Amino acid sequence: MTLAYPIESNAAHPARLSPGYGSTLKRSPQKPLIIMRHTLSELTGPVYGQETVRENDHDLTIQHTAEPLGERIIVHGHVLDEDGRGVPNTLLEIWQANACGRYIHVVDQHPAPLDPNFTGAGRARSDADGYYKFITVKPGAYPWGNHHNAWRPAHIHFSVFGHAFVSRLVTQMYFPGDPLFEFDPIFNSVPDENARMRMVSSFDMDNTQPDWALCYRFNIVLRGRNATPTETK
Amino acid sequence: MVKGITPSQTVGPFFKYGLTPDGKYEWNDAFSNNLVTPDASGERIRVEGRVLDGDDQPVGDCMLEIWQADAQGRFADPQDKRALPNSAFRGFGRCGTDPNGDYAFDTIRPGQVPDPDGKPQAPHLLLAIFARGMLLHNYTRIYFDGEAANAADSVLALVPAERRATLIASRKPGNGSAVYRFDIRLQGDEETVFFDI
Repeated sequence: MTLAYPIESNAAHPARLSPGYGSTLKRSPQKPLIIMRHTLSELTGPVYGQETVRENDHDLTIQHTAEPLGERIIVHGHVLDEDGRGVPNTLLEIWQANACGRYIHVVDQHPAPLDPNFTGAGRARSDADGYYKFITVKPGAYPWGNHHNAWRPAHIHFSVFGHAFVSRLVTQMYFPGDPLFEFDPIFNSVPDENARMRMVSSFDMDNTQPDWALCYRFNIVLRGRNATPTETK
Repeated sequence: MVKGITPSQTVGPFFKYGLTPDGKYEWNDAFSNNLVTPDASGERIRVEGRVLDGDDQPVGDCMLEIWQADAQGRFADPQDKRALPNSAFRGFGRCGTDPNGDYAFDTIRPGQVPDPDGKPQAPHLLLAIFARGMLLHNYTRIYFDGEAANAADSVLALVPAERRATLIASRKPGNGSAVYRFDIRLQGDEETVFFDI
């Protein structure tokens, strides 16, 4: 099947220059971007990487000698294209803060403890129908220097490939009902409310495991639709 | 029912331990900045450079990804129907910048890939640039100095002539294997040309 990647789909993305997020001021293009037809270079992509996923890479709670502290959660969902077809066998990479809101990255030095039993990195491959699953702990909110009393809502970073280099997506998964949403310039850099809410996972009681872990569902929709759509009228 | 794609968000300042750990964290790398496989045919080249922001300061927390054809102009993707999987060469690389904003890829000089009209494009690498302060990654292309095919490339032809040089990696002098310099300027008079794709 040949997929097309209409440029209109990009309207869901944030503007590269979003002044509320200060770091965009010196890092976003000031000259016009060049619009071009997609060539084979753009329409192909690294449909691999998933072979690097080891058996337990999707479980961030068993990478060390003991379990990390915090609220154990299951995060699962469906990687889809714009026609709703699952994207099979694609690599998902995640990284996140620990339950206290602290990243293991050396640059994060804010006064919250590291957890010796939590790195915060994971990988998974979507299955033959496009479904994936991670087990982790719920990340904490954390402060950052963007403005006075700035706090990031709890989030998990996701990196996904899809079928082509133009379907490449790096995003953040948020948790439902976070009181920090209205104050966060990164979350609110997405102008359309419906699009913004596509970054928010939903609580999944049906797949919550008794006596073990709450479950959240996060579906990811990547660019790519049938190049020759069937007539719908 | 699918109503639109998932929006992009920045990789932020803390991706390194997950995406480009490079031996510095308890996590393995899924990808490398060395694309050369022992069996890959073609000329070995290095592409290196620096990422600079609007104040001309190095961007030390940037992630770069390249995607390219092999020396015969074929992509390691079954969607490229011309693909002949004759080698382990895959054509995808990832590199984090160091504190000086520097990066380097070791790879193979790509062959020519047809454009949508079937005309050969000049050899090029696709480049995606991710960083804190970039809510959506930037796309650009790396072309090579001294390629006669550059003059007829249909994508370069879309770029205003005075900005075209920002897309052409310059060959460093020397007799050894080819080393190309490609700096990425996120803003400014010499801002790199980025594509809306």
